[in-house]
Amino acid sequence: MADGFTDTPRFRLIEAPPLARFVLRLPAGALTAAGKAYGLALPEAINRGASHGERGKPGARVALHLGPDEWWLIVPEAEGAEVFAALEKALAAHPRSLVEISHRQVGFVLEGEGAADLLNAGCPLDLSEQAFPPGMATRSLFHRIGLMIWRMAPSVFRLEIDRSLAPYFVASMAESARDHS
Amino acid sequence: MLLIRCPYCGMDRPEIEFRHAGAAHIIRPGPPDRVTDEEWAAFLYLRDNPKGRVAERWRHVHGCGRFFNAVRDTVTDVFVATYKAGEPRPPESAPGASEPTEARP
Ligand SMILES: [Zn+2]
Repeated sequence: MADGFTDTPRFRLIEAPPLARFVLRLPAGALTAAGKAYGLALPEAINRGASHGERGKPGARVALHLGPDEWWLIVPEAEGAEVFAALEKALAAHPRSLVEISHRQVGFVLEGEGAADLLNAGCPLDLSEQAFPPGMATRSLFHRIGLMIWRMAPSVFRLEIDRSLAPYFVASMAESARDHS
Repeated sequence: MLLIRCPYCGMDRPEIEFRHAGAAHIIRPGPPDRVTDEEWAAFLYLRDNPKGRVAERWRHVHGCGRFFNAVRDTVTDVFVATYKAGEPRPPESAPGASEPTEARP
């Protein structure tokens, strides 16, 4: 998918491996139970992400708090079914919605010292480290499409794009990269 | 770019992440079998169009996804206050309250 994107010393766009993804909607009272079953505490503060393990490797867990009652959970592809079953079991007594969205989106990593500048070519958020420090995660816009941005480190961004819009995203990234180099 | 404070995110966010969603605090008349055509038409179509402060629904559609309410000045486009859905209009955002200090061209 990232074909045609020019790697430069200032930024690199990498496509993430296939992953299992879920949207979990639930009331705050069920957070602890969900975290226990998931193996990673779900971040309580909105617009924050948490993770452990290495992306795509066994046991890796990501939890992104994107709406008042909405979390995205991202795990290795092979562990999706078991995570789904564990959460359904642990949350049986709570009102909830757990929906698999694995194939809805494509994941990317954008990294390098110019990563924030490149994102800002199409994203209106203040991506300075004071306003958007590592750990922040939110939906926003990149040119004409929506995306999810999670800042994992000062110059490492994890992005999620709707699958059908990914070619547009990669093309506009490449265009912006040319302007920046 | 105009920044709007989302009461759910607790952050100032760029205007283009938001969608306007009509007048706020419009109460749906009911029960349906006792609503007159006039009442229903008023609920659907009749709105004030004031010059000055107006309470509106907005949605942080490219963010947390939530609908909330905002008091905006239709003359200056200043957002006087934003607050969560279901909360009353803050008294300091009343039409006669003092103007915010924030100046915009
Ligand atoms: Zn919001």
